Amino acid sequence: MKISFTINDQQQSVDIEDGNTPLLWVIRDILHLKGTKYGCGKAACGACTLHIDGEAIRSCSYAIKFAQGKEITTIEGLGTLENPHPVQQAWIQHVVPQCGYCQPGFMMATAALLNKNPAPTDQDIDKNIVNVCRCGTYTRMRKAIHTAATIKQSNDQISK
Amino acid sequence: MKNKNKESRRTFLVRGGIGTIGIIALGSCVLTNPIRRVGLDMVENTVAPYIGKGTKANLWIEILQNNTIVLHSSKVEMGQGTFTGLAQIVADELDISMDQIQVIAASTDRGILDRTSTGGSFSIASLWMPLREMGATMREMLKMEASKKWNIPVAQLSTNNGVISNGSQSITYATIASEVEKWKLPKTPKLRPTNSYKFTGKPIKRVDLKQKVFGDPIFGMDAELPGMVHACVVRPEHVGASFRSADTSQAESMPGVIQIIKKETWVGVIAASISQALAAKRTIKVEWDIPKKWTEEGIRELLQVGKGNRMITQKEGKALDPEDKDVISIDFSSPIGAHAQMEPNGAVAAVEGDKATIILSTQVVGITQKQVSKALGIPLKNVNIIPTFLGGGFGRRLNTSHAVQAAIMAKEVGRPVKYFFTRKEEFQNDTFRPPTHHTLRGKLDQKGYLESLEHHYASGDVAINSVLLPGIVNSILGSDVGAMRGANIMYDAIENHRSVQWHTTLPFATSWWRSLGLLANTFAIESFVDEMCIKANKDPFEFRLSKISNKGYGKRIKGVIKRAAEISNYNDKIQNERAMGMAASIDSSSPCAHVVEVSIENKKIIVHKVLCVFDCGVAVNPDQVRAQCEGAIIMGMSGAIHEKMTLKDGQLYPTNYGPYDMALMKDVPKEIEVVLIEGADKPYPVGEPPMGPIAAAIGNAIRRLTGNRLTDLPLKIT
Repeated sequence: MKISFTINDQQQSVDIEDGNTPLLWVIRDILHLKGTKYGCGKAACGACTLHIDGEAIRSCSYAIKFAQGKEITTIEGLGTLENPHPVQQAWIQHVVPQCGYCQPGFMMATAALLNKNPAPTDQDIDKNIVNVCRCGTYTRMRKAIHTAATIKQSNDQISK
Repeated sequence: MKNKNKESRRTFLVRGGIGTIGIIALGSCVLTNPIRRVGLDMVENTVAPYIGKGTKANLWIEILQNNTIVLHSSKVEMGQGTFTGLAQIVADELDISMDQIQVIAASTDRGILDRTSTGGSFSIASLWMPLREMGATMREMLKMEASKKWNIPVAQLSTNNGVISNGSQSITYATIASEVEKWKLPKTPKLRPTNSYKFTGKPIKRVDLKQKVFGDPIFGMDAELPGMVHACVVRPEHVGASFRSADTSQAESMPGVIQIIKKETWVGVIAASISQALAAKRTIKVEWDIPKKWTEEGIRELLQVGKGNRMITQKEGKALDPEDKDVISIDFSSPIGAHAQMEPNGAVAAVEGDKATIILSTQVVGITQKQVSKALGIPLKNVNIIPTFLGGGFGRRLNTSHAVQAAIMAKEVGRPVKYFFTRKEEFQNDTFRPPTHHTLRGKLDQKGYLESLEHHYASGDVAINSVLLPGIVNSILGSDVGAMRGANIMYDAIENHRSVQWHTTLPFATSWWRSLGLLANTFAIESFVDEMCIKANKDPFEFRLSKISNKGYGKRIKGVIKRAAEISNYNDKIQNERAMGMAASIDSSSPCAHVVEVSIENKKIIVHKVLCVFDCGVAVNPDQVRAQCEGAIIMGMSGAIHEKMTLKDGQLYPTNYGPYDMALMKDVPKEIEVVLIEGADKPYPVGEPPMGPIAAAIGNAIRRLTGNRLTDLPLKIT
């Protein structure tokens, strides 16, 4: 079956035999975007988090057939070196990553949270950022999330 | 061990560029250490733990034509920040800026650099001197050539940002290097004083930060080769199960399946996509030989103080008389722990003729090369291992023998193969942190201080039966050096103290897990010392300090405990429903003290704050040392309060995140204060030692909150 969607602002079509193939593998192995990670395959760890129509989705458990007509953003489309997303700016400022494997998932989850909740409290963070990081970067991540919120708010002010 | 503080003798090698674009490369070798010393070093101190031949390099520094300096590192980057620290050290002695240096994990195609492993928290500590010497030597070589070219004495030349100047002229390192035909090696120049360094000792941002923030494809799982197909392997779900036969008929006709490979002990499924390979695998009916369905009780029965192979690992003074009525005895335990590193194990392999290429996340580059070479029956030099960034190591990747399966599948299908473990396979085929059982015995003197302290501990394999330490090292040492980490009593002024190991090999693989025995051993010892302190009605800091001498590491251990006492505002009383707990440890020469603040809400243990006072000597990158302390504390806390693997109907369980309860954002302290003491003039290990005291510190706080001593990990309020 042919499935068309937008990914990182580009139109994309894939021809795939099994519509139940997880979106994660289409993105990684057919579109060769490797920033979205496999962690558990059961939506338990969040390493594969990306945005579909602005919502944080765990792509390992999202069948490709549901992606028809959707707008997908992965870490590669979140920001660039020249134009980093506020979350990426904050992550750099606080030197959050250690091994780095889970970090795209966390940044995507955070970016989606900030779109809904521009100034999350610690409780909001606890409730919404439920990915797994084995290196234990949580304490820095929490600080970075607050910083990202501040950067994003001030950017939004300017663009208004 | 006499010469342990002497610098190792090093020889330098020079050759043309390593890659196609390099101009010159300088290599350093650390001469062979006797194998016995290697084993002991890993336990007792941190003199470079190398096994290497005198003519082979451990490191290469290469100058590229664009004046970029490439450090080919024998150590891999798994999050611990080693690449950043190594870059800082080289940049300082070579007089280049941080953005002129690039660190890459050395592949084996031009000579193996890593003969042992990345682990034991040794990377920066062991490469500190060789790297400084190499950087300085290379700088002097370049200056000597510029001096010849300009006919100006070396002393009148200066270097900065990869450029040599004589006052009126300047030339880049790359330009001068490209003009040299035969290099002259100077004697190793005098090293710069560490306080003159521009980068070393400063909180420089990680060199891999941007790659990791923008999602670059840097991990083993991200590797691709042209024409690559996907594979998975059928693995046993039961402990001790061995493969008998498999019915693959249905799998063979599944969509996308390219080939099914049946081997003596395993089945490989190769398909066009990973989803197709996994779907086909699910249809394979395997007959397993399951001699016994192991239970948690069965394992506990095996693993007890008093059972297995006994070895005294420490002995001072007299043994306690178990009949003595004043002897207090408490038993402790810790469960099986999973590594749960985020990137599953896997490999991308290509085999053409008698040549193999393996791209993977591994902590043992050299050992993996040997395993593949042996399995395929091809010369070692024909196996190129390309190590990538690791999506977590924590000791799990000290055995990456699955590279062999990837290579065999690639060979049989005649195309490059990518293959990795599913998460369930990771959880069931881990090389677990072994469960432990401890009996602590102690006796107070008339003044209420410890006069006797004994630690009897039972553990499964850590070092024994691992691919990393040859059997001979274990038989020379007699005990499991990994299980022993943190097991000996650091209170050397206690008149009678001893530590006795009981080692048992369990029916499933147990091995290196970040900090090895340290977390459980320190939990047992420091919980018991705290209990004795409460019995004696003493201050926990003073109670400990009174029994540490000034010998050996004593001053540094006392240093962290004293500083923790000074800045923690420690109080034995419950305040605002919170209590404090403290504990200390020394691991790999780096002492650490923790003070935590804990409350209990609806039976949930909440750690509000952790103070970590840590002495690792020179902190090459203080920010990354802090990051390692934070990570070790959170991972240790997760082990202390949350994590537990168990056995159900002969299977290891749970098999995914979530059911395998780990500390998440909501569970970790909002505040971790790390105070660094530089109690030595060189760097000591960082990645594991700060994990030591955390479980005991939390348990000690709970004791003050509830009056109950929790003796089993994970700590639970019932």
